[in-house]
Amino acid sequence: MRKIKEYQTINKIEGPLLFVQKVESVGYKEYVKIKLPSGEIKRGQVLETSKDFVIVQVFENTQGIDKHTYVHFSGETLKMPVSSNMFGRILSGIGKPRDGGIEIIPEEKLEIQGEVINPYRRDVPKDFIQTGISTIDGMNTLIRGQKLPIFSGSGLPHNELALQITKQAKVRDSNEPFAVVFCAIGITQEEAKQFINEFERTGALERCVVFLNLASDPSIERIIIPRMALTAAEYLAYELGYHVLTIITDITNYCEALLEIGAAREEVPGRRGYPGYLYTDLASLYERAGMISGKKGSVTLLPILTMPSDDKTHPVPDLTGYITEGQIFVSRSLHNRNIYPPIDVLPSLSRLMNQGIGKGKTREDHKALFNQLYSAYAEGLELRGLINIVGKDALSKRDQRFLDFADSFEKRFVKQGRNENRPIETTLDIGWECLSKVPEDDLSRVPKDILDRYYRREETEHKGY
Amino acid sequence: MEMTGHSKGAKVYRVSGPVVVVKDLDGRMYDVVLVGRNKLKGEIIEIDSDKTIVQVYEDTDLLRPDEPVYDTREPVSAELGPGLLTSIYDGIQRPLDVISLEGNFIKRGLEIPGLSRDKKWHFVPTRNVGDKVAAGDIIGYVDETKNFRHGIMVPPNVSGTITEIIEGEFTVEETVCVLDGKKNLQLMHRWPVKKRRPIKEKLWPEEILVTGQRVLDTLFPIAKGGTAAIPGPFGSGKTITQHQLAKWSNADVIVYVGCGERGNEMTSVLKEFPELIDPKTNSPLIERVVLIANTSNMPVAAREASVYTGITIAEYFRDMGYNVALMADSTSRWAEAMREISSRLEELPGEEGYPAYLGSRLADFYERAGYVETLSGKNGSVTIIGAVSPAGGDFSEPVTQNTLRVTKVFWALDSKLAHRRHFPSINWLKSYSLYQEQLTPLLERDFPGWTENKTKMMSILVRESELEEIVQLVGSDALPEDQKMIMEVARMIREYFLQQNAYHEVDTYCNLEKQHLMVKLILDFSEKAMSAIEIGKKVERIIDLPCRAMIGKIRYEKDYQEFTEKISEMIVKDFNSLLRGEED
Ligand SMILES: Nc1ncnc2c1ncn2[C@@H]1O[C@H](COP(=O)(O)OP(=O)(O)O)[C@@H](O)[C@H]1O
Ligand SMILES: [Mg+2]
Repeated sequence: MRKIKEYQTINKIEGPLLFVQKVESVGYKEYVKIKLPSGEIKRGQVLETSKDFVIVQVFENTQGIDKHTYVHFSGETLKMPVSSNMFGRILSGIGKPRDGGIEIIPEEKLEIQGEVINPYRRDVPKDFIQTGISTIDGMNTLIRGQKLPIFSGSGLPHNELALQITKQAKVRDSNEPFAVVFCAIGITQEEAKQFINEFERTGALERCVVFLNLASDPSIERIIIPRMALTAAEYLAYELGYHVLTIITDITNYCEALLEIGAAREEVPGRRGYPGYLYTDLASLYERAGMISGKKGSVTLLPILTMPSDDKTHPVPDLTGYITEGQIFVSRSLHNRNIYPPIDVLPSLSRLMNQGIGKGKTREDHKALFNQLYSAYAEGLELRGLINIVGKDALSKRDQRFLDFADSFEKRFVKQGRNENRPIETTLDIGWECLSKVPEDDLSRVPKDILDRYYRREETEHKGY
Repeated sequence: MEMTGHSKGAKVYRVSGPVVVVKDLDGRMYDVVLVGRNKLKGEIIEIDSDKTIVQVYEDTDLLRPDEPVYDTREPVSAELGPGLLTSIYDGIQRPLDVISLEGNFIKRGLEIPGLSRDKKWHFVPTRNVGDKVAAGDIIGYVDETKNFRHGIMVPPNVSGTITEIIEGEFTVEETVCVLDGKKNLQLMHRWPVKKRRPIKEKLWPEEILVTGQRVLDTLFPIAKGGTAAIPGPFGSGKTITQHQLAKWSNADVIVYVGCGERGNEMTSVLKEFPELIDPKTNSPLIERVVLIANTSNMPVAAREASVYTGITIAEYFRDMGYNVALMADSTSRWAEAMREISSRLEELPGEEGYPAYLGSRLADFYERAGYVETLSGKNGSVTIIGAVSPAGGDFSEPVTQNTLRVTKVFWALDSKLAHRRHFPSINWLKSYSLYQEQLTPLLERDFPGWTENKTKMMSILVRESELEEIVQLVGSDALPEDQKMIMEVARMIREYFLQQNAYHEVDTYCNLEKQHLMVKLILDFSEKAMSAIEIGKKVERIIDLPCRAMIGKIRYEKDYQEFTEKISEMIVKDFNSLLRGEED
């Protein structure tokens, strides 16, 4: 048995960190309660332990903590209560009710850190999720159990997009139970309202668990809230058999909080001031998505991040892209041209799509078609850049056709209504319609038999939409 | 490995993530220690008076000061013997399939040997009592899989006269041979992973490692025993390229190290490879593969171990006289692990926070590649292909630069190509191979004209990039007809030849003969087209010739020989009728 370990030996407080002296054998990552003179209790965890002192990272702001504050070491890592009654609840960054309701009555208490799924036990995700959005379903297909982030920028409609996905997403011909875990990190009250109202309106809230840390809440709480959310998601998926769509927004705010802790510890910073372990840390979140063989449920992860100054080489999008299974790019220039959803398909990617599309899954022409749409659109865009310099007349006929293709692709395929839920067949048909502007010989990505069955050459030169 | 070890009063002093300071441990550098009540495996990386610094290969959650530390007094070693093939290991050679018996998630402190202790193998001696044998000599074999003969070698540092050798069923620990009446040899031996296995000498590589990927084999070939770097931003195709090489390259053994990357990618290798059939042996591709998985969410300290374990296993198979290819995806994660540990040790950081020894560690690793004469006089090779994941996709960063300093092939991935789904998105203007010349004699022997054709093709691509600059200023319509034609031929090279779809049943692999035929056809078309232009034919008419689009279909054809013959005739016919026909 371990003695109760409670100390009143805080020696230094710096940012979110407490340095506690003369402690006995405290464990690394141990969960800590901090009892203020006022009676208030704050939480934290051990970041470093030694014979001389222990560094405690406080999950809330450190206001009111003084040298006489008691620090209680629990002897275990942070656990959260989970239960099948979590649906419809709104919880704070440290798992406390935020909706005025009672505390979660635990059916189980789980470590929030999450364990490493043995790759040998993973199931390869391959079930097509239809989102009803052509740029996703057709070009960057979402697969059940995938981690697919939305790369966006401030002021862009990523929230609308995430909501539309949540509302429309389904695996066709499947009646398996599904749930939503929504985790807000440092977003504004309005944004949070937008999500919750929409969940309420569509009835999604009943199968939704919300974790909320607002912009006005202490930034340091942001470190654990995504872990809480993922723990809940794993519980729902692997214990209760739900297919869980987990939305986390905004990862950039999470990384800012990590940066703050790194600075307080005076660590050698990595790229652009972020800690050198940012990759590892983000991986410990993102890799929790997936499927496990023999388990019914799955965790699909849709993190949203805003790229500072729309820069995709910024460490947050960069490291995210290195870990996740693709990314959906929201583009400012499409948005400014009034195209919704403003998804730029070229830098977007779904790494798992090949397993989930094609004959028997979506349609036999899907693989060849999306490939061809990509290459034709890329070519069209390059030419669009060119005509700004040389004028349209300096282009060959072939080039002009690709230019026309790019226009119609954006207007017909990319653009769609905020409530428009396109079946995959419609998405693919629109794709072929756009390609009808390009002559058959230039469709080198499509095998002959597919062309014969799906391709129609548009005869008239000017047929507006 | 024996996991007893002595504590003798050594105790945990400080814990900061994977770095643990131990007090009163009188250990040796790079020896394995077991840390704390859970006996977490770690390695001594620094000794400073009464303090010893240990990097721990497992999660250190709840590890406390004063917990005991046990010294095994053995360096980090790999277990080498039958049973390696088809295994999937974590970074410190624990079999993940055996670990999975304990649950879906990886528990800590598990002590499971790399090679099964129960499984029996049929050992057949090839040497006799009375034979004198030296280190590296093969004394017999085990048929590890249907098509793989695993040579049992006298371990390095051992030699003598055989006094006993027995055929029969043995576990890896049972003695199968005795030297000088006292030295017992088993099917398995251990080797410290950071130490190169000895060889007789390094030889000059002159045989191509056929990858079946056109852009690689034709333009930027790698030699058996060579080194290559594949740097590229995320989504540019590093992993798929590595997977393609693991599947189709003509090595005898593949060691695939997933270092700090996605769990699902390892899973898909596990699920996909058994279903693919090796064209050479007609058995599942997985049977020649050893997988090592230290995924991004596994402990960082084991990143380095995963790379060294991999290369040691590769050298071991090489020593039997096999050609081994090792893929490491991604070496950047290993470098980042070095950076993280170094920063926790408060070492003086070098460029971008990486430790000053980054360059020398990378160089040491790639130095372990090579085409060699083994101790027993056989030829074998280890080829290393390392993926690099530069931050922000910027090749000027330290890991890319230090890697390029020591590797001889550079496959530069390009996100612009990837965005337009031109795969493999290897930039043909930036990439290079320093093996071209030494590979030429054998290639020319099998495919006369190979080098000249390659050079012609490359010069068309270079010409295209020059012309593109002009097009940027004046538009494509302003170019004279002959230049337009060059642009069209370059487009054919790019779309029909360089591009290769890993997901297409036939296109995924293209043997050298098919590559050679495809190049010849494109160049044939190109020559005829240029002559037609010279006598006044228009580009628009030429590219409308049916044979052009047909050249683009060869890559999807399984029976390519017949098909190429047909197209060859078609080219002649099409151009003849073009030349006969009226000019419009
Ligand atoms: N040779 C190829 N053929 C077809 N698709 C490819 C090829 N190489 C890459 N891709 C596509 O690009 C995506 C990213 O490739 P990947 O190798 O995972 O990139 P990286 O490892 O550089 O992040 C893949 O999911 C696949 O869709
Ligand atoms: Mg990769």
